Amino acid sequence: MNKLIIATLLGLLPALGMASSEGHLQSANIDLRDQASLQRGAKSFIDNCMGCHSLKYLRYNRMAADLGIGEADLRKNYILGDAKPGDLMTNALRPEDGEKWFGTAIPDLTLVTRWRSPDWVYTYLKSFYVDPTRPWGVNNLIFPAVGMPHVLQGLQGVQEPVMTEHHGGEGAPPAVTGLKLAQPGALTSEQYDAMVRDLTNFLTYAGEPVKLERQRLGWYVLGFLAVLFVLAYLLKKEYWRDIH
Amino acid sequence: MSADTVETKGFLGWIDKRFPLTKVWNEHLAEYYAPKNFNFWYFFGSLAILVLVMQIVTGIWLAMSYKPSAADAFGSVEYIMRDVNWGWLLRYLHSTGASAFFIVIYLHMFRALMYGSYRKPRELLWIIGVIIYLAMMATAFFGYLLPWGQMSYWGAQVIVNLFSAVPGIGEDLSVWVRGDYVISDVTLNRFFAFHFLLPFVLFALVFLHIVALHKVGSNNPDGIEIKENKDEHGIPRDGIPFHPYYTVKDIAGVVFFLAIFLAIVLFAPDFFGLFLEAPNFQPANPLQTPAHIAPVWYFTPFYAMLRAVPPMFGSQFPGVVVMFAAILIMFFLPWLDRSPVKSIRYKGPLSKIALGIFAVTFVVLAYLGLQPATPVATLMAQIFTALYFAFFLLMPIYSKIDTTKPVPERVTE
Repeated sequence: MNKLIIATLLGLLPALGMASSEGHLQSANIDLRDQASLQRGAKSFIDNCMGCHSLKYLRYNRMAADLGIGEADLRKNYILGDAKPGDLMTNALRPEDGEKWFGTAIPDLTLVTRWRSPDWVYTYLKSFYVDPTRPWGVNNLIFPAVGMPHVLQGLQGVQEPVMTEHHGGEGAPPAVTGLKLAQPGALTSEQYDAMVRDLTNFLTYAGEPVKLERQRLGWYVLGFLAVLFVLAYLLKKEYWRDIH
Repeated sequence: MSADTVETKGFLGWIDKRFPLTKVWNEHLAEYYAPKNFNFWYFFGSLAILVLVMQIVTGIWLAMSYKPSAADAFGSVEYIMRDVNWGWLLRYLHSTGASAFFIVIYLHMFRALMYGSYRKPRELLWIIGVIIYLAMMATAFFGYLLPWGQMSYWGAQVIVNLFSAVPGIGEDLSVWVRGDYVISDVTLNRFFAFHFLLPFVLFALVFLHIVALHKVGSNNPDGIEIKENKDEHGIPRDGIPFHPYYTVKDIAGVVFFLAIFLAIVLFAPDFFGLFLEAPNFQPANPLQTPAHIAPVWYFTPFYAMLRAVPPMFGSQFPGVVVMFAAILIMFFLPWLDRSPVKSIRYKGPLSKIALGIFAVTFVVLAYLGLQPATPVATLMAQIFTALYFAFFLLMPIYSKIDTTKPVPERVTE
């Protein structure tokens, strides 16, 4: 009966884990070991996003150390304004201005991949489409009524929605079922995907800079415990030989 | 052989004349006779102590860098994760430790249910255990607010609002608990104070739990009293000294547990959103209610029971009563079981089926408590809430009419 109960408990675990996952997200397919990708992602975050979105829990020099960026390179290509290498990656935007301009507080993005998910960020950046009813003329497939303009539109190009009249039965409003590129941007669609992947990779790094380090340590810790367990088990067996 | 007559010399002798060091060592370790047939389920007592100590130690070090204020709490946790040396490890040990504590305790309690460890003469031992469980839940609840994420904030809001369902004094009571009309900086400060205090209360309760255990002696998978069969020296024939036999056995158990525990800490500290919930990586926002609020997994069976009860006379109070009753009913367990035998090994099919259904019920309720309350889920929660209470309330009947197998004189392997 014990085995049955344990099997039941273990069988239910994956079901519990699935509870929070979201549907129809595209796989970001990121690699935290790819430092070149992380560096490109950091650069494009600083160039395109950081005017509005801060990374207020990450320091420039921590990022440089983890991503293999030299100090001269950091100062020249990454640091904004008169910030010092030890500073947090904040910006000069006042929160009340952000709310005035976009109708909502501009979120800090240090942890965005942890409360959304890397796949969500990747899909979000690819899901803007033209919607004249919105203040900035764009909407987002996975973030309806989004407050943010499509900052990367010049790179991606203009996407138009593919509508259907039949979604949800008789009388239901037309729904967006897909997107198509109506007007190309400065990048090809492959180049844009790669850029967004780099951005997502960098933001995933920013969400937990220690991730690779803890996984690296994990193998040593488990190796040590495996050896220790063998010794502890043999010790137990030795003591228990005289018990019957 | 009695502990009082042992003569010690030198420094130890000097101590023993002033403090019963050798006496305590012998009575509780070297000459504490535990049944020799402990199985897998008997690891969780010592593991619970390990986790408690680990939570206290990591908790104190976290408190050295944590800032219990609404403005700084969330940022200070990220500061610990990024700027404090090994802070990320302390934090993940502590957050994973909370879940590990409940897993270990649930298995420890299930062991007691299986082998009748709550039966005479261990009623008080069981009752102290239930009080420990209550203190643990309070500690975990206070602690969950501290990261000041969205789920921390709204989870606390939902639970403290339960007090406002108490007829008459409810509103005043919930304001008194929060110290404000909503969860705020004041609430965070007092929750931090309680979260720091309660583990030491817990430690004292665990001490009492062990004192009570060593007074009556450990139960075992056969549910036999080993003290009823002693040899000419007054030592139980089926007993072996706790030290060194169970200390070396528990060391192996500890290493095995640590391997699983540290694998989670180092490879999956959020454990698929169950141990660290994704919405909690967003700072608390009193103006934005999350679409779906669920407590951490270890509270969800009780949360499911709370939601299963429909409002009556325009009040949520009946649901609150059911939720607390689900815990308080555990206190009566020693007197609900009327079976002539203790262990599930010698009980009949009715008791076995009842315990099996109960275990499944607890897991299903935990699952339902994590899900949004759809009509189907609510109906399921109602059925399983009824099953949960039936396990206790029908026990005097099914445990009495159930068949039993003969209990052996001596413990089996």
